[in-house]
Amino acid sequence: MSAISDLTAYLTDPWASEFMVRSLLALVMVSIVCAVMGSFVVVKGMAFIGDALAHASFGGVAAAFVLGGSIYLGAAIAAILTSLGIVFVSRRAGLRFDTAIGVLFVGAFALGILIVSRQEGYIVDLFSFVFGNVLGVGQDDLLLIAAIGATVLVLVAVFYKELLFTAYDPAMAAASGLPVAAMQYGLLGLIALTIVISLKAVGIVLVVAMLVTPAATAQLLVRRLHLIMVVGAGIGVVSSVVGLYLSYHADVAASAAVVLTATVFFLVTFLLSPRRGVIGLRRPSILTKAEESYGSPR
Amino acid sequence: MARVDTGQPGTKEEGFRPAIEVSDLWAGYDGRTALEGVTLTIEEGCLAGLVGPNGSGKSTLLRVILGLHRPQRGKVRLFGQKIDRARRLLGYMPQVELVDWGFPASAFDVVMMGRYGRLGLLRRPGRRDREVVWRSLEQVRMTDLSQRQIGELSAGQQRRVLIARTLAQEPRILLLDEPFTGLDAAAQHDLLDLFNEVRAAGKTLLVATHDLSCVAAAFDHAACLNRKIIAFGEPHAIFTEEILNATFQTHLLLVNVEGKTYVSYQ
Repeated sequence: MSAISDLTAYLTDPWASEFMVRSLLALVMVSIVCAVMGSFVVVKGMAFIGDALAHASFGGVAAAFVLGGSIYLGAAIAAILTSLGIVFVSRRAGLRFDTAIGVLFVGAFALGILIVSRQEGYIVDLFSFVFGNVLGVGQDDLLLIAAIGATVLVLVAVFYKELLFTAYDPAMAAASGLPVAAMQYGLLGLIALTIVISLKAVGIVLVVAMLVTPAATAQLLVRRLHLIMVVGAGIGVVSSVVGLYLSYHADVAASAAVVLTATVFFLVTFLLSPRRGVIGLRRPSILTKAEESYGSPR
Repeated sequence: MARVDTGQPGTKEEGFRPAIEVSDLWAGYDGRTALEGVTLTIEEGCLAGLVGPNGSGKSTLLRVILGLHRPQRGKVRLFGQKIDRARRLLGYMPQVELVDWGFPASAFDVVMMGRYGRLGLLRRPGRRDREVVWRSLEQVRMTDLSQRQIGELSAGQQRRVLIARTLAQEPRILLLDEPFTGLDAAAQHDLLDLFNEVRAAGKTLLVATHDLSCVAAAFDHAACLNRKIIAFGEPHAIFTEEILNATFQTHLLLVNVEGKTYVSYQ
Protein backbone atom coordinates (compact mmCIF):
# COMPACT_ATOMS: atom_id res chain seq x y z
CA MET A 1 0.00 0.00 0.00
CA SER A 2 2.67 2.45 0.97
CA ALA A 3 4.76 1.41 -2.03
CA ILE A 4 1.88 2.38 -4.29
CA SER A 5 1.32 5.69 -2.56
CA ASP A 6 5.08 6.32 -2.74
CA LEU A 7 4.95 5.68 -6.45
CA THR A 8 1.89 7.89 -6.84
CA ALA A 9 3.65 10.63 -4.94
CA TYR A 10 6.77 10.15 -7.05
CA LEU A 11 4.71 10.56 -10.20
CA THR A 12 2.39 13.37 -9.10
CA ASP A 13 4.64 15.51 -6.90
CA PRO A 14 6.38 17.35 -9.73
CA TRP A 15 3.12 18.64 -11.17
CA ALA A 16 2.08 20.34 -7.95
CA SER A 17 4.08 23.38 -8.89
CA GLU A 18 2.89 25.57 -11.73
CA PHE A 19 6.33 26.09 -13.28
CA MET A 20 6.74 22.33 -13.70
CA VAL A 21 3.43 22.12 -15.54
CA ARG A 22 4.46 25.01 -17.76
CA SER A 23 7.79 23.28 -18.41
CA LEU A 24 6.01 20.10 -19.37
CA LEU A 25 3.65 21.89 -21.74
CA ALA A 26 6.53 23.77 -23.35
CA LEU A 27 8.64 20.64 -23.79
CA VAL A 28 5.74 18.60 -25.17
CA MET A 29 4.93 21.24 -27.77
CA VAL A 30 8.56 21.84 -28.66
CA SER A 31 9.34 18.14 -28.98
CA ILE A 32 6.37 17.55 -31.30
CA VAL A 33 7.31 20.41 -33.63
CA CYS A 34 11.00 19.44 -33.45
CA ALA A 35 10.24 15.82 -34.38
CA VAL A 36 8.13 16.86 -37.37
CA MET A 37 10.74 19.26 -38.75
CA GLY A 38 13.51 16.94 -37.57
CA SER A 39 12.16 14.24 -39.88
CA PHE A 40 13.12 16.42 -42.84
CA VAL A 41 16.44 17.26 -41.18
CA VAL A 42 17.31 13.60 -40.66
CA VAL A 43 16.07 12.38 -44.01
CA LYS A 44 17.87 15.10 -45.96
CA GLY A 45 21.06 15.05 -43.89
CA MET A 46 20.56 18.62 -42.69
CA ALA A 47 21.72 18.17 -39.08
CA PHE A 48 24.61 20.57 -39.60
CA ILE A 49 22.32 23.32 -40.87
CA GLY A 50 20.02 22.76 -37.88
CA ASP A 51 22.94 23.21 -35.52
CA ALA A 52 24.16 26.22 -37.51
CA LEU A 53 20.82 28.03 -37.40
CA ALA A 54 20.58 27.44 -33.65
CA HIS A 55 24.02 28.97 -33.08
CA ALA A 56 23.40 31.80 -35.53
CA SER A 57 20.25 32.76 -33.63
CA PHE A 58 22.50 33.68 -30.69
CA GLY A 59 23.60 36.76 -32.60
CA GLY A 60 19.97 37.87 -32.79
CA VAL A 61 19.28 36.95 -29.16
CA ALA A 62 22.23 39.07 -28.01
CA ALA A 63 21.31 42.01 -30.24
CA ALA A 64 17.67 41.93 -29.09
CA PHE A 65 18.83 41.69 -25.49
CA VAL A 66 21.01 44.80 -25.79
CA LEU A 67 18.49 46.76 -27.82
CA GLY A 68 15.66 45.70 -25.51
CA GLY A 69 13.58 44.09 -28.26
CA SER A 70 11.86 40.73 -28.34
CA ILE A 71 14.42 37.99 -27.94
CA TYR A 72 12.31 35.60 -30.03
CA LEU A 73 12.04 38.13 -32.84
CA GLY A 74 15.80 38.72 -32.73
CA ALA A 75 16.50 34.99 -32.84
CA ALA A 76 14.05 34.50 -35.72
CA ILE A 77 15.55 37.34 -37.76
CA ALA A 78 19.11 36.08 -37.20
CA ALA A 79 18.22 32.46 -38.04
CA ILE A 80 16.25 33.34 -41.15
CA LEU A 81 18.85 35.84 -42.41
CA THR A 82 21.57 33.25 -41.88
CA SER A 83 19.66 30.55 -43.74
CA LEU A 84 19.00 32.89 -46.67
CA GLY A 85 22.64 33.99 -46.57
CA ILE A 86 23.83 30.38 -46.66
CA VAL A 87 21.85 29.61 -49.81
CA PHE A 88 22.78 32.94 -51.43
CA VAL A 89 26.52 32.72 -50.70
CA SER A 90 26.84 29.09 -51.72
CA ARG A 91 25.09 29.78 -55.02
CA ARG A 92 26.88 33.03 -55.86
CA ALA A 93 30.35 32.11 -54.72
CA GLY A 94 30.10 28.53 -55.96
CA LEU A 95 31.06 27.29 -52.49
CA ARG A 96 29.96 23.96 -51.14
CA PHE A 97 26.86 24.24 -49.00
CA ASP A 98 28.56 23.10 -45.79
CA THR A 99 31.39 25.58 -46.31
CA ALA A 100 28.92 28.46 -46.55
CA ILE A 101 27.18 27.15 -43.42
CA GLY A 102 30.49 26.94 -41.55
CA VAL A 103 31.48 30.50 -42.46
CA LEU A 104 28.17 32.20 -41.76
CA PHE A 105 26.93 30.56 -38.59
CA VAL A 106 30.16 30.99 -36.69
CA GLY A 107 30.17 34.60 -37.86
CA ALA A 108 26.69 35.18 -36.47
CA PHE A 109 27.55 33.36 -33.25
CA ALA A 110 30.73 35.40 -32.84
CA LEU A 111 28.71 38.57 -33.34
CA GLY A 112 26.53 37.46 -30.44
CA ILE A 113 29.58 36.91 -28.22
CA LEU A 114 30.98 40.28 -29.25
CA ILE A 115 27.76 42.05 -28.29
CA VAL A 116 27.53 40.19 -25.00
CA SER A 117 31.16 40.92 -24.12
CA ARG A 118 30.30 44.65 -24.00
CA GLN A 119 27.55 44.01 -21.47
CA GLU A 120 27.94 43.90 -17.73
CA GLY A 121 25.53 41.86 -15.65
CA TYR A 122 22.39 40.12 -16.95
CA ILE A 123 24.69 37.56 -18.55
CA VAL A 124 23.02 34.73 -16.64
CA ASP A 125 19.67 35.64 -18.17
CA LEU A 126 21.15 35.61 -21.65
CA PHE A 127 22.84 32.31 -21.16
CA SER A 128 19.52 30.67 -20.34
CA PHE A 129 19.07 30.77 -24.11
CA VAL A 130 22.39 29.06 -24.66
CA PHE A 131 21.82 26.15 -22.30
CA GLY A 132 18.05 26.36 -22.05
CA ASN A 133 15.99 27.11 -18.96
CA VAL A 134 12.72 25.32 -19.33
CA LEU A 135 11.81 25.88 -15.70
CA GLY A 136 11.82 29.60 -16.43
CA VAL A 137 9.23 29.36 -19.20
CA GLY A 138 6.44 31.85 -18.56
CA GLN A 139 2.84 32.16 -19.69
CA ASP A 140 3.79 34.43 -22.59
CA ASP A 141 6.54 32.02 -23.70
CA LEU A 142 3.97 29.22 -23.74
CA LEU A 143 1.56 31.21 -25.86
CA LEU A 144 4.30 32.07 -28.32
CA ILE A 145 5.49 28.46 -28.57
CA ALA A 146 1.89 27.33 -29.11
CA ALA A 147 1.15 29.94 -31.78
CA ILE A 148 4.35 29.52 -33.81
CA GLY A 149 4.43 25.75 -33.31
CA ALA A 150 0.84 25.43 -34.56
CA THR A 151 1.69 27.62 -37.56
CA VAL A 152 4.66 25.41 -38.44
CA LEU A 153 2.59 22.22 -38.13
CA VAL A 154 -0.30 23.62 -40.19
CA LEU A 155 2.10 24.73 -42.96
CA VAL A 156 3.73 21.30 -43.03
CA ALA A 157 0.30 19.65 -43.24
CA VAL A 158 -0.89 21.97 -46.01
CA PHE A 159 2.29 21.70 -48.09
CA TYR A 160 3.19 18.13 -47.11
CA LYS A 161 2.89 16.81 -50.66
CA GLU A 162 5.16 19.54 -52.03
CA LEU A 163 7.70 19.29 -49.20
CA LEU A 164 7.85 15.52 -49.58
CA PHE A 165 8.31 15.66 -53.35
CA THR A 166 10.92 18.42 -53.17
CA ALA A 167 12.86 16.62 -50.46
CA TYR A 168 12.78 13.34 -52.36
CA ASP A 169 13.38 14.41 -55.94
CA PRO A 170 13.77 18.13 -56.60
CA ALA A 171 14.50 17.70 -60.32
CA MET A 172 11.31 15.83 -61.01
CA ALA A 173 9.32 18.08 -58.68
CA ALA A 174 10.50 21.06 -60.74
CA ALA A 175 9.69 19.22 -63.97
CA SER A 176 6.18 18.65 -62.61
CA GLY A 177 5.76 22.38 -62.15
CA LEU A 178 6.04 22.53 -58.35
CA PRO A 179 7.68 25.65 -56.86
CA VAL A 180 10.84 23.86 -55.75
CA ALA A 181 12.94 26.89 -54.79
CA ALA A 182 10.12 28.30 -52.67
CA MET A 183 9.73 24.94 -50.93
CA GLN A 184 13.46 24.68 -50.21
CA TYR A 185 13.61 28.19 -48.74
CA GLY A 186 10.34 27.50 -46.94
CA LEU A 187 11.73 24.34 -45.37
CA LEU A 188 14.73 26.26 -44.04
CA GLY A 189 12.40 28.97 -42.74
CA LEU A 190 10.26 26.41 -40.89
CA ILE A 191 13.37 24.82 -39.37
CA ALA A 192 14.50 28.29 -38.27
CA LEU A 193 11.13 28.97 -36.59
CA THR A 194 11.25 25.57 -34.88
CA ILE A 195 14.65 26.40 -33.46
CA VAL A 196 13.46 29.78 -32.25
CA ILE A 197 10.57 28.36 -30.23
CA SER A 198 12.88 25.71 -28.78
CA LEU A 199 15.51 28.16 -27.51
CA LYS A 200 13.99 28.91 -24.12
CA ALA A 201 13.06 25.29 -23.45
CA VAL A 202 16.21 23.47 -24.56
CA GLY A 203 18.73 26.12 -25.54
CA ILE A 204 20.99 26.74 -28.49
CA VAL A 205 23.49 24.02 -27.74
CA LEU A 206 20.97 21.24 -27.25
CA VAL A 207 18.25 22.13 -29.75
CA VAL A 208 19.85 20.14 -32.55
CA ALA A 209 19.44 17.03 -30.40
CA MET A 210 15.68 17.64 -30.15
CA LEU A 211 15.56 18.04 -33.94
CA VAL A 212 17.65 15.02 -34.77
CA THR A 213 17.52 12.37 -32.04
CA PRO A 214 13.77 11.51 -31.85
CA ALA A 215 13.42 11.53 -35.65
CA ALA A 216 16.58 9.44 -36.05
CA THR A 217 15.23 6.93 -33.52
CA ALA A 218 11.95 6.79 -35.41
CA GLN A 219 13.81 6.21 -38.66
CA LEU A 220 15.20 3.00 -37.18
CA LEU A 221 11.65 1.79 -36.55
CA VAL A 222 9.45 2.97 -39.42
CA ARG A 223 9.98 3.67 -43.10
CA ARG A 224 7.59 6.33 -44.29
CA LEU A 225 8.15 10.03 -43.72
CA HIS A 226 4.81 10.73 -42.04
CA LEU A 227 5.30 7.76 -39.71
CA ILE A 228 8.75 9.03 -38.77
CA MET A 229 7.08 12.31 -37.82
CA VAL A 230 4.43 10.62 -35.67
CA VAL A 231 6.73 8.11 -33.96
CA GLY A 232 9.43 10.77 -33.54
CA ALA A 233 6.92 13.09 -31.87
CA GLY A 234 5.93 10.27 -29.52
CA ILE A 235 9.55 9.60 -28.59
CA GLY A 236 10.12 13.32 -28.09
CA VAL A 237 7.11 13.66 -25.78
CA VAL A 238 8.04 10.59 -23.72
CA SER A 239 11.64 11.87 -23.46
CA SER A 240 10.31 15.21 -22.23
CA VAL A 241 8.20 13.62 -19.51
CA VAL A 242 10.91 11.21 -18.38
CA GLY A 243 13.54 13.95 -18.53
CA LEU A 244 11.42 16.26 -16.37
CA TYR A 245 10.93 13.54 -13.75
CA LEU A 246 14.68 12.98 -13.68
CA SER A 247 15.28 16.69 -13.43
CA TYR A 248 12.83 17.03 -10.54
CA HIS A 249 13.83 14.01 -8.50
CA ALA A 250 17.58 14.00 -9.17
CA ASP A 251 17.83 17.79 -9.24
CA VAL A 252 19.64 18.01 -12.60
CA ALA A 253 19.27 20.42 -15.52
CA ALA A 254 15.96 19.72 -17.27
CA SER A 255 16.99 20.26 -20.89
CA ALA A 256 20.06 18.06 -20.51
CA ALA A 257 17.96 15.34 -18.82
CA VAL A 258 15.42 15.43 -21.68
CA VAL A 259 18.12 15.27 -24.35
CA LEU A 260 19.96 12.44 -22.59
CA THR A 261 16.71 10.49 -22.23
CA ALA A 262 16.16 10.84 -25.96
CA THR A 263 19.75 9.74 -26.56
CA VAL A 264 19.20 6.62 -24.43
CA PHE A 265 16.05 5.85 -26.43
CA PHE A 266 18.10 6.12 -29.58
CA LEU A 267 20.88 3.86 -28.32
CA VAL A 268 18.45 1.22 -27.04
CA THR A 269 16.54 1.28 -30.33
CA PHE A 270 19.78 1.11 -32.26
CA LEU A 271 20.84 -1.98 -30.29
CA LEU A 272 17.48 -3.73 -30.48
CA SER A 273 16.04 -2.58 -33.80
CA PRO A 274 15.02 -5.61 -35.87
CA ARG A 275 15.84 -3.80 -39.09
CA ARG A 276 19.09 -1.99 -38.64
CA GLY A 277 20.08 -2.63 -35.08
CA VAL A 278 23.22 -4.30 -33.86
CA ILE A 279 21.30 -7.26 -32.46
CA GLY A 280 19.11 -7.77 -35.51
CA LEU A 281 20.95 -10.17 -37.76
CA ARG A 282 19.88 -8.79 -41.10
CA ARG A 283 22.40 -6.64 -42.88
CA PRO A 284 21.38 -3.02 -43.37
CA SER A 285 19.28 -3.43 -46.47
CA ILE A 286 19.62 0.10 -47.84
CA LEU A 287 23.36 -0.24 -48.11
CA THR A 288 23.23 -3.59 -49.85
CA LYS A 289 20.59 -2.39 -52.31
CA ALA A 290 22.57 0.72 -53.09
CA GLU A 291 25.59 -1.44 -53.78
CA GLU A 292 23.46 -3.62 -56.01
CA SER A 293 22.08 -0.80 -58.09
CA TYR A 294 25.38 0.98 -58.62
CA GLY A 295 27.89 -1.81 -58.39
CA SER A 296 26.53 -4.44 -60.72
CA PRO A 297 28.51 -5.05 -63.89
CA ARG A 298 27.30 -3.53 -67.10
CA MET B 1 24.61 16.45 -89.68
CA ALA B 2 24.29 13.27 -91.65
CA ARG B 3 20.69 12.29 -91.85
CA VAL B 4 20.35 8.69 -92.90
CA ASP B 5 17.09 7.85 -94.55
CA THR B 6 16.69 4.18 -95.30
CA GLY B 7 13.54 4.70 -97.31
CA GLN B 8 11.85 2.00 -95.27
CA PRO B 9 8.57 3.05 -93.70
CA GLY B 10 9.14 0.59 -90.83
CA THR B 11 6.15 0.17 -88.56
CA LYS B 12 5.05 3.76 -88.94
CA GLU B 13 2.32 4.83 -91.29
CA GLU B 14 2.53 7.77 -93.64
CA GLY B 15 1.49 11.19 -92.36
CA PHE B 16 2.84 10.86 -88.84
CA ARG B 17 2.42 13.59 -86.29
CA PRO B 18 5.52 15.08 -84.72
CA ALA B 19 5.44 14.66 -80.92
CA ILE B 20 8.70 16.45 -80.15
CA GLU B 21 10.17 19.11 -82.42
CA VAL B 22 13.47 20.70 -81.51
CA SER B 23 14.92 23.27 -83.85
CA ASP B 24 18.32 24.96 -83.83
CA LEU B 25 18.71 24.53 -80.07
CA TRP B 26 21.74 26.02 -78.33
CA ALA B 27 22.23 25.52 -74.62
CA GLY B 28 25.05 25.46 -72.10
CA TYR B 29 26.25 26.07 -68.57
CA ASP B 30 28.52 28.95 -67.53
CA GLY B 31 29.70 29.75 -71.03
CA ARG B 32 30.39 26.12 -71.93
CA THR B 33 28.07 24.95 -74.66
CA ALA B 34 26.44 21.56 -74.28
CA LEU B 35 24.16 21.71 -77.30
CA GLU B 36 25.14 23.39 -80.57
CA GLY B 37 22.29 23.82 -82.98
CA VAL B 38 20.36 20.64 -82.29
CA THR B 39 17.43 19.96 -84.62
CA LEU B 40 15.39 16.85 -84.06
CA THR B 41 11.89 15.57 -84.71
CA ILE B 42 10.43 12.59 -82.90
CA GLU B 43 7.19 11.27 -84.29
CA GLU B 44 4.21 10.20 -82.23
CA GLY B 45 4.10 6.59 -81.08
CA CYS B 46 7.80 6.14 -81.58
CA LEU B 47 10.38 4.54 -79.29
CA ALA B 48 13.38 6.74 -79.93
CA GLY B 49 16.86 6.55 -78.49
CA LEU B 50 19.12 9.47 -77.78
CA VAL B 51 22.62 8.03 -77.79
CA GLY B 52 25.96 9.62 -77.12
CA PRO B 53 28.85 9.47 -74.66
CA ASN B 54 28.85 11.10 -71.22
CA GLY B 55 28.84 14.87 -71.56
CA SER B 56 27.38 14.75 -75.07
CA GLY B 57 24.38 16.82 -73.99
CA LYS B 58 21.78 14.05 -73.66
CA SER B 59 20.64 15.10 -70.20
CA THR B 60 20.81 18.77 -71.14
CA LEU B 61 18.52 18.17 -74.11
CA LEU B 62 16.03 16.33 -71.88
CA ARG B 63 16.24 19.14 -69.30
CA VAL B 64 15.54 21.76 -71.97
CA ILE B 65 12.54 19.81 -73.26
CA LEU B 66 11.29 19.55 -69.66
CA GLY B 67 11.64 23.28 -69.15
CA LEU B 68 14.25 22.76 -66.39
CA HIS B 69 17.02 24.47 -68.35
CA ARG B 70 16.66 27.63 -70.41
CA PRO B 71 18.23 27.37 -73.86
CA GLN B 72 20.29 30.23 -75.28
CA ARG B 73 18.61 29.90 -78.63
CA GLY B 74 16.22 27.71 -80.53
CA LYS B 75 12.79 26.36 -79.81
CA VAL B 76 11.05 23.23 -78.60
CA ARG B 77 7.49 22.25 -79.49
CA LEU B 78 5.52 19.34 -78.05
CA PHE B 79 2.62 18.43 -80.31
CA GLY B 80 2.98 21.94 -81.69
CA GLN B 81 2.73 23.63 -78.28
CA LYS B 82 5.29 25.60 -76.32
CA ILE B 83 6.75 23.66 -73.40
CA ASP B 84 5.28 25.80 -70.63
CA ARG B 85 1.80 25.03 -71.95
CA ALA B 86 2.56 21.39 -72.62
CA ARG B 87 4.05 20.34 -69.27
CA ARG B 88 1.25 17.85 -68.64
CA LEU B 89 2.04 16.02 -71.85
CA LEU B 90 5.38 15.00 -70.40
CA GLY B 91 6.50 12.24 -68.10
CA TYR B 92 10.06 12.21 -66.85
CA MET B 93 12.37 9.67 -65.27
CA PRO B 94 15.65 11.14 -63.94
CA GLN B 95 18.93 9.24 -63.79
CA VAL B 96 18.88 6.70 -60.97
CA GLU B 97 22.06 8.20 -59.53
CA LEU B 98 20.01 11.30 -58.72
CA VAL B 99 17.38 9.35 -56.79
CA ASP B 100 17.65 9.12 -53.01
CA TRP B 101 17.01 5.42 -52.41
CA GLY B 102 17.33 5.71 -48.63
CA PHE B 103 14.35 8.08 -48.53
CA PRO B 104 11.58 6.82 -46.26
CA ALA B 105 8.91 6.28 -48.90
CA SER B 106 7.15 3.18 -50.21
CA ALA B 107 6.93 2.24 -53.88
CA PHE B 108 3.32 3.42 -53.77
CA ASP B 109 4.35 6.81 -52.32
CA VAL B 110 6.94 7.31 -55.05
CA VAL B 111 4.50 6.47 -57.85
CA MET B 112 1.93 8.80 -56.27
CA MET B 113 4.44 11.63 -56.66
CA GLY B 114 3.81 11.27 -60.39
CA ARG B 115 0.34 12.68 -59.69
CA TYR B 116 1.52 15.76 -57.78
CA GLY B 117 2.17 17.86 -60.87
CA ARG B 118 -1.42 17.40 -62.06
CA LEU B 119 -2.83 17.98 -58.59
CA GLY B 120 -1.14 21.34 -58.23
CA LEU B 121 -0.69 23.15 -54.91
CA LEU B 122 -2.90 22.36 -51.93
CA ARG B 123 -5.05 19.61 -53.54
CA ARG B 124 -4.67 16.17 -52.00
CA PRO B 125 -4.61 12.91 -53.94
CA GLY B 126 -8.09 11.49 -54.41
CA ARG B 127 -9.58 8.19 -55.47
CA ARG B 128 -8.81 8.67 -59.14
CA ASP B 129 -5.17 9.40 -58.33
CA ARG B 130 -4.94 6.19 -56.32
CA GLU B 131 -6.51 4.30 -59.21
CA VAL B 132 -3.99 5.70 -61.67
CA VAL B 133 -1.12 4.83 -59.30
CA TRP B 134 -2.42 1.29 -58.92
CA ARG B 135 -2.83 0.87 -62.68
CA SER B 136 0.71 2.14 -63.23
CA LEU B 137 2.02 -0.33 -60.65
CA GLU B 138 0.09 -3.10 -62.39
CA GLN B 139 1.59 -2.15 -65.71
CA VAL B 140 5.12 -2.58 -64.36
CA ARG B 141 4.05 -5.65 -62.31
CA MET B 142 4.92 -4.11 -58.97
CA THR B 143 1.58 -4.27 -57.12
CA ASP B 144 2.85 -7.01 -54.79
CA LEU B 145 5.70 -4.85 -53.58
CA SER B 146 3.85 -1.54 -53.46
CA GLN B 147 4.27 -1.12 -49.69
CA ARG B 148 8.00 -1.88 -49.68
CA GLN B 149 10.41 0.91 -48.86
CA ILE B 150 12.10 1.81 -52.14
CA GLY B 151 15.59 1.04 -50.82
CA GLU B 152 14.54 -2.57 -50.13
CA LEU B 153 13.80 -3.27 -53.81
CA SER B 154 16.22 -4.75 -56.31
CA ALA B 155 17.75 -2.50 -58.97
CA GLY B 156 15.35 -3.80 -61.62
CA GLN B 157 12.35 -3.30 -59.32
CA GLN B 158 13.49 0.21 -58.44
CA ARG B 159 13.67 1.02 -62.12
CA ARG B 160 10.16 -0.30 -62.67
CA VAL B 161 8.89 1.91 -59.81
CA LEU B 162 10.43 4.97 -61.47
CA ILE B 163 8.81 4.01 -64.78
CA ALA B 164 5.47 3.53 -63.00
CA ARG B 165 5.85 7.03 -61.56
CA THR B 166 6.42 8.33 -65.08
CA LEU B 167 3.30 6.47 -66.29
CA ALA B 168 1.28 7.87 -63.37
CA GLN B 169 1.89 11.32 -64.81
CA GLU B 170 -0.41 10.15 -67.65
CA PRO B 171 1.96 11.56 -70.23
CA ARG B 172 1.78 11.35 -73.99
CA ILE B 173 5.54 11.70 -74.17
CA LEU B 174 7.95 9.92 -71.82
CA LEU B 175 11.48 11.25 -71.38
CA LEU B 176 13.73 8.68 -69.72
CA ASP B 177 17.30 9.40 -68.67
CA GLU B 178 19.59 6.34 -68.72
CA PRO B 179 16.99 3.72 -67.75
CA PHE B 180 19.24 0.74 -68.53
CA THR B 181 22.24 1.69 -66.40
CA GLY B 182 23.25 -0.92 -63.85
CA LEU B 183 20.65 -3.52 -64.88
CA ASP B 184 21.56 -7.08 -65.81
CA ALA B 185 20.55 -8.48 -69.22
CA ALA B 186 17.29 -10.00 -67.96
CA ALA B 187 16.17 -6.76 -66.31
CA GLN B 188 17.10 -4.80 -69.44
CA HIS B 189 15.01 -7.19 -71.49
CA ASP B 190 12.05 -6.70 -69.12
CA LEU B 191 12.40 -2.98 -69.51
CA LEU B 192 12.43 -3.18 -73.30
CA ASP B 193 9.24 -5.28 -73.20
CA LEU B 194 7.66 -2.63 -71.00
CA PHE B 195 8.70 0.13 -73.41
CA ASN B 196 7.08 -1.81 -76.24
CA GLU B 197 3.83 -2.06 -74.25
CA VAL B 198 3.90 1.66 -73.54
CA ARG B 199 4.53 2.43 -77.20
CA ALA B 200 1.71 0.08 -78.19
CA ALA B 201 -0.56 2.24 -76.03
CA GLY B 202 0.21 5.11 -78.40
CA LYS B 203 2.77 6.94 -76.28
CA THR B 204 6.01 8.44 -77.50
CA LEU B 205 9.27 7.58 -75.73
CA LEU B 206 12.56 9.42 -75.93
CA VAL B 207 15.25 7.48 -74.07
CA ALA B 208 18.69 8.93 -73.37
CA THR B 209 21.19 6.10 -73.10
CA HIS B 210 24.67 5.03 -73.98
CA ASP B 211 23.54 1.44 -74.22
CA LEU B 212 23.67 0.92 -77.96
CA SER B 213 22.73 -2.74 -77.93
CA CYS B 214 19.35 -2.07 -76.31
CA VAL B 215 18.66 0.66 -78.87
CA ALA B 216 19.79 -1.56 -81.73
CA ALA B 217 17.62 -4.42 -80.52
CA ALA B 218 14.29 -2.71 -80.05
CA PHE B 219 14.10 0.99 -80.92
CA ASP B 220 12.35 2.57 -83.91
CA HIS B 221 14.70 5.48 -84.23
CA ALA B 222 17.93 6.73 -82.77
CA ALA B 223 19.61 10.11 -82.69
CA CYS B 224 23.37 10.13 -82.29
CA LEU B 225 24.25 13.19 -80.22
CA ASN B 226 27.55 14.75 -79.44
CA ARG B 227 26.63 18.38 -78.86
CA LYS B 228 25.31 18.24 -82.42
CA ILE B 229 23.07 15.61 -83.97
CA ILE B 230 25.57 13.40 -85.80
CA ALA B 231 22.89 11.19 -87.34
CA PHE B 232 19.23 10.35 -87.03
CA GLY B 233 17.39 7.34 -88.38
CA GLU B 234 16.62 3.69 -87.78
CA PRO B 235 19.29 2.16 -85.55
CA HIS B 236 20.40 -0.55 -87.97
CA ALA B 237 20.89 2.09 -90.63
CA ILE B 238 22.81 4.65 -88.62
CA PHE B 239 24.80 2.43 -86.28
CA THR B 240 27.75 2.32 -88.62
CA GLU B 241 31.33 2.37 -87.52
CA GLU B 242 31.83 5.78 -89.07
CA ILE B 243 28.84 7.44 -87.39
CA LEU B 244 29.44 5.81 -84.02
CA ASN B 245 33.12 6.73 -84.08
CA ALA B 246 32.13 10.31 -84.83
CA THR B 247 29.62 10.22 -81.95
CA PHE B 248 31.64 8.44 -79.28
CA GLN B 249 35.07 9.46 -80.56
CA THR B 250 36.44 6.09 -79.60
CA HIS B 251 36.81 2.82 -81.41
CA LEU B 252 33.66 0.72 -81.57
CA LEU B 253 33.06 -2.85 -82.53
CA LEU B 254 29.94 -3.66 -84.51
CA VAL B 255 28.60 -7.14 -84.99
CA ASN B 256 25.75 -7.91 -87.37
CA VAL B 257 23.92 -11.13 -86.61
CA GLU B 258 20.78 -12.10 -88.51
CA GLY B 259 19.77 -8.56 -89.28
CA LYS B 260 20.40 -7.32 -85.73
CA THR B 261 23.25 -5.03 -84.92
CA TYR B 262 25.22 -5.72 -81.77
CA VAL B 263 27.54 -3.10 -80.48
CA SER B 264 30.34 -3.02 -77.99
CA TYR B 265 32.76 -0.27 -77.24
CA GLN B 266 35.97 0.37 -75.33
